[in-house]
Amino acid sequence: PWLARWQRSSGAGIPSRRDALRRDRSALPELPSCRRAAPGWERRTGEEPWDFHWCDVGWLHEHFDHASLPEHVRLCHFRNHYELTRKNYLVKNLKRFRKQLEREAGKLEATKCDFFPKTFEMPLEYHLFVEEFHKNPGTTWIMKPVGRSQGKGIFLFRKLKDIIEWGKVRTTLSPSGEWPTGIFDLFCLPGPDGLSTDDQKDETQVEVYVAQRYIENPYLIGGRKFDLRVYVLVTSYIPLKAWLYRGGFARFSKTRFTLNTIDDHYVHLTNVAVQKTAPDYDPEKGCKWMIQQLRQYLTAKHGAEAVEILFADMDNIFIKSLQSVQKVMISDKHCFELYGYDILIDQDLKPWLIEVNASPSLIASSQEDYELKCHLLKDTLHIVDMEGRLSGKEKRVGGFDLIWSDGPVSREGNLANAFVTGCHNDRKKQLKQLFRSLRAQQKAEC
Amino acid sequence: MVDAEGGLSLTIARVVQRLRGSSLHSQLERQARVSPGPAPALSTGFFYFTGWEKKLQNAVYSELNVFPSPCHPAAPPEHMKEPLAYMRKAQGSWEKRILKSLNSMCTELNIPLAQKRPASEQKELLNKWNEMGTDEPDLSLFRPVYAPKDFLEVLMNLRNPNYENGEQPSFRNHLGLIQVPLKVKDIPELKEDFSELGLNIGQLGIDDSAQVPPEFFENEHVRVGQKVLAEQDSAAAQQYVRQGCPTALRAELWALILNISNQPEDILYYEQLKSNVIQHNLLVDSLIYKDVKLTASNDDYYFVFEDYLYQVLLCFSRDTSVLEHFAYSSATPPKSYIRGKGELQKSFCFVGVIPFHGFSMYVAPLCFLYHEPSKLYQMFREMYVRFFFRLHSISSHPSGIVSLCLLFETLLQTHLPQLFYHLREIGAQPLRISFKWMVRAFSGYLATDQLLLLWDRILGYNSLEILAVLAAAVFAFRAVNLMEVTSLAAAEAVLADLSTLKVVPLLQIFLFATVT
Repeated sequence: PWLARWQRSSGAGIPSRRDALRRDRSALPELPSCRRAAPGWERRTGEEPWDFHWCDVGWLHEHFDHASLPEHVRLCHFRNHYELTRKNYLVKNLKRFRKQLEREAGKLEATKCDFFPKTFEMPLEYHLFVEEFHKNPGTTWIMKPVGRSQGKGIFLFRKLKDIIEWGKVRTTLSPSGEWPTGIFDLFCLPGPDGLSTDDQKDETQVEVYVAQRYIENPYLIGGRKFDLRVYVLVTSYIPLKAWLYRGGFARFSKTRFTLNTIDDHYVHLTNVAVQKTAPDYDPEKGCKWMIQQLRQYLTAKHGAEAVEILFADMDNIFIKSLQSVQKVMISDKHCFELYGYDILIDQDLKPWLIEVNASPSLIASSQEDYELKCHLLKDTLHIVDMEGRLSGKEKRVGGFDLIWSDGPVSREGNLANAFVTGCHNDRKKQLKQLFRSLRAQQKAEC
Repeated sequence: MVDAEGGLSLTIARVVQRLRGSSLHSQLERQARVSPGPAPALSTGFFYFTGWEKKLQNAVYSELNVFPSPCHPAAPPEHMKEPLAYMRKAQGSWEKRILKSLNSMCTELNIPLAQKRPASEQKELLNKWNEMGTDEPDLSLFRPVYAPKDFLEVLMNLRNPNYENGEQPSFRNHLGLIQVPLKVKDIPELKEDFSELGLNIGQLGIDDSAQVPPEFFENEHVRVGQKVLAEQDSAAAQQYVRQGCPTALRAELWALILNISNQPEDILYYEQLKSNVIQHNLLVDSLIYKDVKLTASNDDYYFVFEDYLYQVLLCFSRDTSVLEHFAYSSATPPKSYIRGKGELQKSFCFVGVIPFHGFSMYVAPLCFLYHEPSKLYQMFREMYVRFFFRLHSISSHPSGIVSLCLLFETLLQTHLPQLFYHLREIGAQPLRISFKWMVRAFSGYLATDQLLLLWDRILGYNSLEILAVLAAAVFAFRAVNLMEVTSLAAAEAVLADLSTLKVVPLLQIFLFATVT
């Protein structure tokens, strides 16, 4: 029945049998549930025509500019998503947005953007970084490559010479037998013959990093550090329409937190990917808590008000970060994007934005995790709504709540404002009710 | 039977005696001495204005709750532990078995029950106190002394020698595993006892869900809770939590009900226990480690609290104040001695709560509420000496595990006879499945928020009977699926995952909305 409706509304003459879900083989090899998440769809490969493509960013950059896509197709990335998801672009956009906000709305309003630890792009802003570094000697900084994920290439440092040491490992002696002296040299990727020459100092051979103030007082539970993974679905930037998923989880580090061993990646990096390589990792033990659990724990410890403020601050992070890239994002009605936000909470219950992922991992580490990700995908597909079932006025679809629709979203009942993260996720019931009422509406209209 | 007046004076005498040695008494004395002016008469006025009346009231209330009412003054002390002789005997032989098993483990592994730690080891342990979970001692040779199902076998074989039931088992008799004639309540009596769970009364766990506007119940309930806390009244708190505790107030409310205030002397006591742990190594410690690694560390939610569990349980096994509860428990603590140089030196008496498989799960849920080690410790200790000890000792007490099992089976047989009979026929006696839930007070089986709502009611009603009612309610809820299974394994599978259950609606439906 829904196929028929879709055909009628599109009028594009595309036969119903061709409702196709295409998934690049390279992307999401870990998602066998794709078909389960999208019943009624068929997989397409190669050159066959398709309607929906869960692509990886590589495919996107290769093909998007060249193909002219039919109106109805959907892609799961925006063309220049990296404005939000690459660490150096994100910090640039946030800084710019903060300045704009200060000009337009004053200093107080601008402080709402102070959820990002002090960050400097390397090697471009090295001197600015050194200035800041000397203002607060002894603090810990973290160096992260902008282009890599899953915790690769990250290290912590407290002294400037640590950077030099690190750089030396990466580069090689110049032909005259001396260590490179310019700071650019430290960030150069070694050439094919192992020697870095002057020719290689152009941008493309320099691996960009960011140096960020390390949060030394993370909130600990059971002596362990954790971060939060929250999912935000953006269906359009102009106007900005964003949905927040109620499920989400806290990822714990396997070992107790201490600042004594900044070489110990396993302590400081809570990505599941890094934890998986830790010597005592037990794959049966998912070191995750669902966000509902975390919310309860924090409420029992700090009271309901403090926790509501925390979650409201988190919502503020999502919205401000999206607003900061709103003007630079190439908004394309074919595109939507599911972002994985990484948030760290400090001991004062202040949330910090660590990064935004355009391709959040969909690998499941446990049965519960598998179900969460399945439901997440299913609900994403509901919202993308290729079948044309939604009216467009919904504030809640499955586990997603609308948190911004060209302005703040008002909510009835006892969930005032947008801080629904961590609330009970009765998505099945909600979906049933939703589609039942939509069908009834449509019947009434016929 | 003692007449009411005589009983009352006995009770008063006992309470006074117990309070005389307590820390509250010393605080009162200190306060009285410190107050300016001539020594005030310890009149009711003095108490009221200095706030001590409430504290005293709470202490008395606490004593009354914990100790059973005294029986005939001529009755021997064993009767306070357990009035029925055959139960005492059964508990005695069970304990002998456990101790024998423990001793043989010692001989096998050539490890003494207790020994002093060398100084270097002491230092190491002190440094690692907050992260004992990182220790990976070789525990492969240790095995839990017993598991709940071993205990069930013992209970199944309990018989009252004075009771001869010559008839063949039939529907008029009890068809379950427990064959002792203890009195258990039926649904009308339970409805009365648990009247606050009634359909017309607001509950947390139902009336605080997202669909219900908080003005209907939740807001007012929270307000009342805050008032109860402000008044610091134990009895009022106990009444209040029968409708559930708001998450933000639960930690304080439970502490108020159990009369735990974490005074400096309590913290000192905990530190003393900690130093005992550092100085001496007990065999039981390895059993504790093993249990934590096997159960709590593998739990999806409690794994985070691993270190706290060691800190609590290792101290617990050395806490001689726990010995006091043996006065009203049917169990008796085994004793152990530190091996001195060459001769038996009676320099240390260890407490003798021998952990079984799953014991650490009693502590784990409390880690959600209490983060300061000495407070967490005291809360657990109090919960143990009031409630949990009854779940693994043989007694005739209405909250004892024997009565709970019988209550469960009776409820099921009376109200779901078809289901009961069917399960029995396929070799899946219901108690075989629900026993482990009740022994652990459902810890590790329910979602944590639901478990805490259940334990609210345990505290509120000062009874563990709710565990048996919930177990029966779970069977009732999944009756349709259970009727279709044809083996014990299949029945276990239907009931394997309780993590999605909502405890309060289940209890309400079973007690108040089922046709009896």
